[in-house]
Amino acid sequence: MGNRQEILLTGAGGQGLILASIVMAAAAVDDNKNVVQTQSYGPEARGGASMSGVILDVDTIEYPKVTKPTVLLCMNQASFNKYLPKVGPDCIIIVDSTFVSGSYGEEYKVQSFPITSSAKEVLGKEVVANMLALGVLNAASGLIDREIFRESIFKFAPRGSGELNQKAFDLGYSLYEKGAGQKNGVSAQTPQ
Amino acid sequence: MPETKPVLMQGNEACALGAINAGVRFYAGYPITPSTEVAEQMAARLPEIGGVFIQMEDEIASMAAVIGASIGGMRTLTATSGPGFSLKQENLGYAIMAEIPCVVVNVQRMGPSTGVPTAPAQGDVMQARWGTHGDHPIIVFTPASVYESYYLTIAAVNLSQKLRQPVIVLLDEVIGHMREKVTIPEGKLMVEKSSDKVPSDWKPYDEKGLTPLVPFGFGHYYHVTGLFHDQYGFPTGDPPQVERALDRLHNKLEKYRDEIVLTNYIGHKEPRVAIVTYGCTVRSARAVVKKAYWQNRLPVGLLSLQTVWPFPAKEIEALAKQADVIIVPEMNMGQLVGEVERYARGEAKVVPLNRYDGEMISPDQISEEVGRWL
Repeated sequence: MGNRQEILLTGAGGQGLILASIVMAAAAVDDNKNVVQTQSYGPEARGGASMSGVILDVDTIEYPKVTKPTVLLCMNQASFNKYLPKVGPDCIIIVDSTFVSGSYGEEYKVQSFPITSSAKEVLGKEVVANMLALGVLNAASGLIDREIFRESIFKFAPRGSGELNQKAFDLGYSLYEKGAGQKNGVSAQTPQ
Repeated sequence: MPETKPVLMQGNEACALGAINAGVRFYAGYPITPSTEVAEQMAARLPEIGGVFIQMEDEIASMAAVIGASIGGMRTLTATSGPGFSLKQENLGYAIMAEIPCVVVNVQRMGPSTGVPTAPAQGDVMQARWGTHGDHPIIVFTPASVYESYYLTIAAVNLSQKLRQPVIVLLDEVIGHMREKVTIPEGKLMVEKSSDKVPSDWKPYDEKGLTPLVPFGFGHYYHVTGLFHDQYGFPTGDPPQVERALDRLHNKLEKYRDEIVLTNYIGHKEPRVAIVTYGCTVRSARAVVKKAYWQNRLPVGLLSLQTVWPFPAKEIEALAKQADVIIVPEMNMGQLVGEVERYARGEAKVVPLNRYDGEMISPDQISEEVGRWL
C-alpha cells in the first residue's frame, strides 16, 4: 500500500481550507483515484485552527484519517508550529510566507510561497488564496491531473467566479515554477 | 446500461439520497451535530420532488410528525444524534407497538448527555436496542462506508415498510461526515406500495401475521394505540391476547431474519484470531486484515456487522467454533462485546478493545491486540 498519499491542509478557520480539500477530493474522483476527505469540525471552523485531510490511493482506502502526511500545507503560523513536528523528512511541506516565518529543523523539506499576498496583489482577491494554494500544492506534488483539477475548481466556485478561481490555481503553478524561497517573499528559513 | 459516474459524497448526504431513492417523501427533524447534513439534504431535495420537509420544535415532535405522516401513507425519515435520540425514544416505542413504519437515523457522537458534539463514538449501541421501554423488537443497521450509508438506508426504508417496523440507521460521526468516492447505481428503484396488495378481509393487526399498512383515508378505519390491542387495534388487557400480540411483533423479525441480519466476513478460512466490529471501526479492522492476511497470510479474519440488532447470533456462534480468540473493538466502554461473549458460548475467548476519548480506534491498536493472541 505504498501508493497511499495523505494530504493535510491546515490553517485558520475562514481561509477556505475545508472547501479546498473538498475541491481536491472531487478532482481526485474525476481523475479516477480512490479518495477519502475528512475535516475537523466544531469551534475550529469559526476562526480557530482548521484542518482537513485528503487521502488518495489506487487501492481502496480503509482507515480514513491522516496519520503520516505526505503533503502538508500550512496557511498560518500556529498550524506550522503544530504540524511540522508531526511529519517525516519526506513530506512535501508548503507554507504561506504571508503568515508563516521562523526557523525550523534542516531535515524538513519546506517550500515557502507568498500565497495570500499574491492572491491579494495579483488578483485583487484574498479570498481565492485557497485555490492558489491548491495550485502550488498540486504543482509541487503532481498528484492530480492539472486540467481535471481546474475543472473541479470551476464546478465548485460560486457562480461567476469560476474563472477567477482557476486563475488563482494557475497563479499557484507559476509561483511554484518561479521557485520557493527568498525572492518570492519572506523565507521561512530566515529566523526572525 | 447508462454509464454510472463515480462521485464524491458525504456519508450523511448518501443517507439522505438513499432515503429519497427508496421513496421517502417526508422528513421531520430538529438539526443536531453531527447529523445536520441529513436534514440539509432533505430540505434541499424534498420540495423539488413534491416531498415535505418540516423542521419541528424538537425531537419529540419530530418523531411524532414522522409517525403521523407514515399513517397518512408516506415513507418517512428523521435524523438526529445522541441527545435527540434520547428524546425520540418514547414515540419510537409507540411506532414499534402500533407497527408504524419509519426510519430513524442516529449519527452517534461522544456522550453521555451533550458530550463532545463533534467527536465520534459508538456509545449508542445499547440505547438503539433498549432505549425505549418494554420487550420490543428493533432493527439497527451500522454502515461502515458512504456507500453502505446509502444502501443500508434503502434497506431500512424497505424493511420498515414490509415489516411495519421502525428501523434505526446507526451511523457514527466518522462515516456521517467523511466524503469518499462512491458509485450510485443508475436507474429507478422499485418502490412497492404495501397498500396495493390489501386482502379483502384486511385487519390492521391481523393475528395470522404480517399485514400491509393501509393509510388513513384509503377505505379502512381502525384504531391506533400504544396500548396492547386486538387485531382491530382496540385496547386489550387479556393475558393470552397480550402474549400473542408481543410474540407477533417479535416473530415477524424472526421470520425475515435472513433479510435483516447482514454481515460480511473477510480473511482466513479458519482464523485463530477473529475481529468482530461495526461502523467506522470496520475500516481500521479491514486495514489490519488486509495486512495480516492478504499480505502475510496470518490466520486472521474479520466479521463486520452491518446489522447489530437483531444480533447476528448464528454468525458469532459459527465464528467462535473456528477462532480461538475474538477481538471486539468498539468506540465505547464495551457494549456489543457482552453480546458476542454470550453467543461465543465459551468456545472462543472474547477480548474487548475499547476507546472512548473521541478518537477512532487506529489499525495499529487493533494490530497490536491481534499480535498479542497470534
